[in-house]
Amino acid sequence: MIINGVSIDDTFAEAFGMRATRVLITAQNHTWAMHAATAMTGFATSVIACGVEAGIERLLSPEETPDGRPGVAVLLFAMGSAVLMKQLETRMGQCVLTCPTTAAFSGIDSGYPEITRINLGKNLRFFGDGFQISKQFGAKRYWRVPVMDGEFMTEETTGMVRAVGGGNFLILAESQPQALAACEAAISAMKQLPNVIMPFPGGVVRSGSKVGAKYKSMIASTNDAFCPTLKGITRTELSPEIESVMEIVIDGLTAEDINRAMRVGIQAVCDLGRAAGIHRISAGNYGGKLGPYHFKLREIMRARGAA
Amino acid sequence: MSALTFTLKISPVQRVDCSPLTPEQLHGKSVAEIAALPLWSGKRQLRVDEVFDISRIGKDGGDDDSEDSNDDHIVFLNSSAHLDRIGQGMRSGRITVHGNAGDYLGLELRGGRLELHGNAGHFAACAMSAGMLHVHGNCGDYLGAGLVGERKGMRGGTVLVTGNVGDRAGDQMRRGLMLIEGDAGDYCASRMLAGTLGVLGKVGRYTGYGMRRGTLLLTQTPVLHATMADCGTHTLPFLNLMFKSLRGLPSRYAQLDQNRVRRYAGDIANQGTGEILVLLPP
Repeated sequence: MIINGVSIDDTFAEAFGMRATRVLITAQNHTWAMHAATAMTGFATSVIACGVEAGIERLLSPEETPDGRPGVAVLLFAMGSAVLMKQLETRMGQCVLTCPTTAAFSGIDSGYPEITRINLGKNLRFFGDGFQISKQFGAKRYWRVPVMDGEFMTEETTGMVRAVGGGNFLILAESQPQALAACEAAISAMKQLPNVIMPFPGGVVRSGSKVGAKYKSMIASTNDAFCPTLKGITRTELSPEIESVMEIVIDGLTAEDINRAMRVGIQAVCDLGRAAGIHRISAGNYGGKLGPYHFKLREIMRARGAA
Repeated sequence: MSALTFTLKISPVQRVDCSPLTPEQLHGKSVAEIAALPLWSGKRQLRVDEVFDISRIGKDGGDDDSEDSNDDHIVFLNSSAHLDRIGQGMRSGRITVHGNAGDYLGLELRGGRLELHGNAGHFAACAMSAGMLHVHGNCGDYLGAGLVGERKGMRGGTVLVTGNVGDRAGDQMRRGLMLIEGDAGDYCASRMLAGTLGVLGKVGRYTGYGMRRGTLLLTQTPVLHATMADCGTHTLPFLNLMFKSLRGLPSRYAQLDQNRVRRYAGDIANQGTGEILVLLPP
């Protein structure tokens, strides 16, 4: 399959089940909501060392938020519910509670077959040292915690759902600037979509990994088959003209969300095309042994007319 | 929707306990069976048809005496202040009362909607835990309070009163929402444990007396006793959320939107984590 001169590999991205939650952060204005959201999603690129993969989903207008203030939707993904709950609590406590004028609300209440309620502000309330106030409106409970700028308000719980992590594709280009430009185009298009995040810096990862290493202590190491400088000394996946490879990793609330994000991202890259130095699109997988979700590149791109 | 209508046909000398006349208890009963139900009145029992004319209006508007008719809406017409315990323990359905109601209106209400077009006696919404009581008129003392001897009052649900209420409204209230559009008497929100109570009119003396937690929302600064402490003026974002949750209510509270308040905490003679919020002009 070739789109605008870009060859789409007959391979698939291998993804696995994760647990995810969404938090809506509101503040006096978008700037301060973003400060909290940026801090909360900091150091959250990969579950390998960060505990969670997190990102900013989108900005919310005052009409979309529970308290009628500008807000930001944040998605957090983890490999299990226990680590997600722990990370949510510490990040809420250090990044949202601390940020002036913010409030936090549940971002998942319905629309998924299985929603587990997990603590959002339930334990943060104890920061109030007895002065915290509970308020229940409708079926939802909120906590008002007195803080130095006024009151920090947070919903007691948010919804956790089964989600999918590790959707990805690789962009193989003639040069590093061209690979990066293609990634920027893809990320810019994918950021318009709901329910997905691209957790790496700027949405792009350059250090794709393989499982295992020659060193016993390493569980993952550089994906030498895609390292352009090793073309001559390893079982390379790269043809001579490829000089740079970058990867976009996607976590989504459902497989369909990842499907759509991959389609939109790959299409944006292909729109730049061979003329912009893009030669191939490939994907990272482990031979189908690791994850139950297989996103087949050619199937995804064949469906683009229907989407 | 079908409706089962009870029209009061006597002027009761004694008070009449109307607690058996709720949608659940009458479900599946024919008019003849309902007519034979006993109602306590003082130390005597009266048949329902000694007190009320009963009619059942079917879905098509005509008379319907089939046993399977849907009695989820009960209407009291020509009601009087001698009819106590209307809607007691109701869990679902609707009761509409035209005229006054006696004491214990909506006692232990657990669901459904109870609407009164008239004035209610004392202890309305007492020990209520869910559902809605909407009074288009005034209420007596102890609105939403606990039963005598109990340590907790209203535990949930919504009470709307368009008129005035007597003393001790929200006494020992534990949870839920009570919105009064008129004035409240003395000891409003006394011994309140939690929940939200609003008064758009004036309140009497000793407001929030012995209050432990909970929120009393006022529009006029009350005369407060010494153990209610002034915490200054604030813009509280949670009020946006609260007023948003009131938008759908058939009440003047649906129009509230200012979130600038003067906050009084108390009663510091009794834990002191309750609050009186007085809305300020924006």
